[in-house]
Parts: sequence; structure tokens; C-alpha cells
Amino acid sequence: MTHTELEQLRWDLRRDCVDIIMAGGGGHIGGDMSVIDALLVLYANHLNVSPATVDDPDRDRFILSKGHAMEAYYAVLCQQGFLDLADVKARFSKFGSPYIGHPNNKLPGIEMNSGSLGHGLPVAVGMALAARMDGRAYRTYVFMGDGELAEGSVWEGAMSGGNYALDNLCAVVDRNRLQISGSTEDVMRQDSQEERWAAFGWNVLSVPGNDIAALDDAFDLAAHTKGKPTVIIANTTKGYGSPLMENKAPWHHHLPNQDEYQQIVADFAAHKEGTFRA
Amino acid sequence: MPNKIANRKAICDVLMDAAKTDRDVVVLCSDSRGSASLAPFFDAYPEQSVEVGIAEQDLVGIAAGLAACGKKAFAASPASFVSTRSYEQAKVDCAYSDTNVTLIGISGGVSYGALGMSHHSAQDLAAMSAIPNMRVYVPSDRFQTAELIRALLKDDKCAYLRVGRNPVEDVYTEDDCPFELNRATWVRGGAEKDVDIAIIACGELVRGAVDAADALAEKGIRASVLDMYCIKPLDAEAVVAAASHAKVVLTAEEAAPQGGLGSQVAQVVGERCPRLLKNLALPDAPVITGTSPEVFAYYGLDAAGIAKSAEELLARA
Repeated sequence: MTHTELEQLRWDLRRDCVDIIMAGGGGHIGGDMSVIDALLVLYANHLNVSPATVDDPDRDRFILSKGHAMEAYYAVLCQQGFLDLADVKARFSKFGSPYIGHPNNKLPGIEMNSGSLGHGLPVAVGMALAARMDGRAYRTYVFMGDGELAEGSVWEGAMSGGNYALDNLCAVVDRNRLQISGSTEDVMRQDSQEERWAAFGWNVLSVPGNDIAALDDAFDLAAHTKGKPTVIIANTTKGYGSPLMENKAPWHHHLPNQDEYQQIVADFAAHKEGTFRA
Repeated sequence: MPNKIANRKAICDVLMDAAKTDRDVVVLCSDSRGSASLAPFFDAYPEQSVEVGIAEQDLVGIAAGLAACGKKAFAASPASFVSTRSYEQAKVDCAYSDTNVTLIGISGGVSYGALGMSHHSAQDLAAMSAIPNMRVYVPSDRFQTAELIRALLKDDKCAYLRVGRNPVEDVYTEDDCPFELNRATWVRGGAEKDVDIAIIACGELVRGAVDAADALAEKGIRASVLDMYCIKPLDAEAVVAAASHAKVVLTAEEAAPQGGLGSQVAQVVGERCPRLLKNLALPDAPVITGTSPEVFAYYGLDAAGIAKSAEELLARA
């Protein structure tokens, strides 16, 4: 898709995402808003999978390790034709629903269950190793949150990805600099993420994470990098799209009231029309 | 002459045999290929081997990723570590995501006798049994271990398998090792045979249970012995058959007293054929220092201890 198309679409998907949250009565809205642009760019322009190829052994693999951003993932999976938006909105978080608050690999297009943080990267390393063993050209992508990087298992995965020089593996860190208790730097210092990943043998791309063109370029660069895995540090804004929730830790999983909802969707519409003024 | 081949060695032999014709058989170790007796596999099939270093969470996560892409992943690491350090990976990446991973807990139970509680895995049977969709196996000897691995190679579900470190005396023979996956094996007695006591054991205690049964027979006490290598799914029908033809039931396991073989057998016996029942297990405490035979003898888990408990239990019936 063109950048112009994606610039429009990302506001529609934010609206879908917030509607899913409102319908289900809860969700992780802040992290959804920060990561949804990277999800959209990946699925629209890079990830080689479609509803018709969910069982194709040569399909690209994707793992949402920050599984709590599921509502954003639902919005993208619906837009890409894997799931039906009306059905997701009708049943999200409802009794007996398959549409739960974290990835459920009983649903088409979802490879692995997650929810517990720090699991996705080692699993992605396994998928990338399997591709190498089988001589298949598919790529594996895994998205993590920055707060998630405090989990030691992330660095076990980083170590093995670097050790095995898995250039068919691409990790994305949603570096929105907030977690549920506040600033990531106050909770457990992480800067410099770039230096940390580089020390583990990764190609590091640090980009504006809510910038469609920058994300598109970064995924291209990752795919053309040989001899080491790539991590894209997506420097995002938590709650991106409405000043009501941007950079506010309580919006990690705040459920908007009706007034807040109206303001948020109005801000999305203004962004889409190019009339947004902070 | 006692057997000198450890169960772990049998695992390597079967996996190497399978790898000859199946490129999807993959073995992973966490700096544990020597302890797991899997070094020959790594040497013969380097393209089907993955070393992760001392990183059990990575071990199990990578195994799940490989399995999600069609591999039959066998991840081996000391039982004490793989059943605790990577417990959440076993729960989420293997059982919940439903991947074809066999976790091989080596040097299980009190195999690392003198190394202390950090290296003992008394908790593994209960912990792994509590995970939905996880199967738990404790084979008794090298022949049953080989049969179990052959069976697991044929299916696509996850499992936890525990073996000890040292050679154990055979229960079966090369030519006589009856095996059906998830069905317990009668080693003494049978489903329709009335006895005084039913002894249900697993792992390294099966041999002791058999010897105890033979010793009891010399005293005129009839005992059946059921090798319940499948802790989960427990062979409940065999438990009912054993209990319903006996006056009392005795279980024996190299594990914590809570949540393992004894607890699970007690649930079935209590619900379907109530009998006086005693569970022989390790204590709910750090285990005394010693070799496995010394530790078993100290806690009454050897043949003499099992026979003694059997007589005491019958006296109460």
C-alpha cells in the first residue's frame, strides 16, 4: 500500500481498535495506539501471509509478544481479512468468546498464544532456526513492548538470535517509554536500548515509531541485512492519536468514558482529514 | 549382572535411529548434551541439533518455535531446572500454544543426591501435571523409555518426560516389554486377578515394587504391581482394576507427597472404588544427602521399605 493510503488507514484502524475496546469493556488502549502503525505497515507491505496462506509452510511468521496489544492486532487482522470486525466487536471478551484479550492461536492468522511477557523472542528464534534448517525463505517477526524487556528471557532470546546470526529474524520494540507504573526509566532503566541490542550482536535500527515511511523503510532495511538479526527500536508515543491519552501512564488500560470516547474518535477523524490541531 | 545402561542413553539411541529417516527430529540442549547422553546425536546430526547455552527459558521457547514450524522438538535439560525455571514456557509456549515439544527432564528426582535440593526435582510431577494439555511420563527402565520415545515420535502433542541419571535394574527385557501409550503395564498380577494388595509405582521405584511383591509372595501375601509410567493422563481404568481386586492400595514414587502419582491415584480410588490407601513418597522437606539407593532406603522407598509398608497397611485393613 502507498504511504498515503496507510496514512489514512491508520486512523480508521485506531477507530476500530477503540470500538473493540468499548464493545468488550476493556483493553490496553495506550500500547494499542503506540504499536498499531508498525503492525499495519508490517501486515500491509511486508509480512508474506494472507487468509489463504495461513497454513503455507513458506508463509512469514509473526508473534505479538506484547500480547496485551491484542485490540490493535484484532483491528489489523480484520482489515487484512483474517477476521470479521463485526464479529470481533460483538463477542470480544464476552462469555465463551474466542476473541480474548491476548493472542489465541485457535483464530486464523495467529501463530502463537502469548500474554506472559518475554516469551515471543525465544519462540521466534526457534521459527527462524526452523526456516534455516528447512532451507525456506520465510521471515519471522516478533513485536515486544519496552517494559517487557525487563524480562530476562528476552535477553536469552537476544543472545541466541545473535549467536546464530539469524538474519531472517526481525524484532520490533515498541519504545513508548511508559509502562503501567510510570516511565520505563523510573521503573527500571533501559537506555540505551540501542547499545544493549548491538552488544548482543543485532543490527539496530532506531526510528520514529509512529512514522509510516520510517517504519516501511526500516522493514525493508531489515530484510536486506545479512549476517545478523535486526531489531527495530520503534520510538513511539503511548496513546498516540489523541492528546487525551498520549504519554499518560494511566491510559495503559484505561477504559474511556463516553465523553472521552467522543473526543478520541474526533481527534482520529481530524488526523485523518489533516485538520488536527493539538 | 545389573544393567549398566541408563534410561537417558536409551533416549539418544531411539532419537538417532529416528533421525536417520526423519529430518524433522530436532534435539535441543542447554549445555546439557553430556548429562543427557545426547552428545552422539549432536555429533551425528549437527543440522538437527540446537545448543542454547545455560538458558532453560530459551531452550523451551526455541523448542516451541521449532515445533510450530513442523519440527518434532526434544528439549533435554536437568529435570530440576526444566520443570521450574522454564515452567511458564512449558505452560504457555508448549501446552497452551499446543506445540509438539517433548521436554526431557534428565537426572530427575534425587539422582543428583549429594548436590542438594536445588538439583532435586521432587516437584516436577505435580507441577507439570497441573498444566492443562501437558502429559507427564516417568518410565521405569531403559526398554520402557525406548518404547515411550518411539510412541512420542509418532504424535504431535507436548509432553514432559523424566528419567534418572544412573543405570537402573531392568524391569522388562528386550523381547518382553509390553507397552501401550497412556496404558499402565501390569508387572505382577493382572486386571482380573484377586490379590491382597495392589502396588502402583512409577519410574525407578517400579523395580523395588516388583522385588517387594516377590518378597511378600514368599510370606503368602499376594501383591499386584502396576507400572504407572503415565502420571498424566493417568490410566484410571487400570487403577480401578487394580484397586477393585485388592484389599488395600499402596503407591510409590520418587517425588513430593503432594500432587504426583499417589495424589492422582487417590482421587480415582476415592471416587470409584474406595480402599485403604497409602502413598509412599519423598518427604515434604529437603532430602537427606546420599545416592539414590541410600535415599530410597532411608525413606522406605526401596524393596524392603515397600514390603514393610505393605504389611503395615494390610494389618490396618
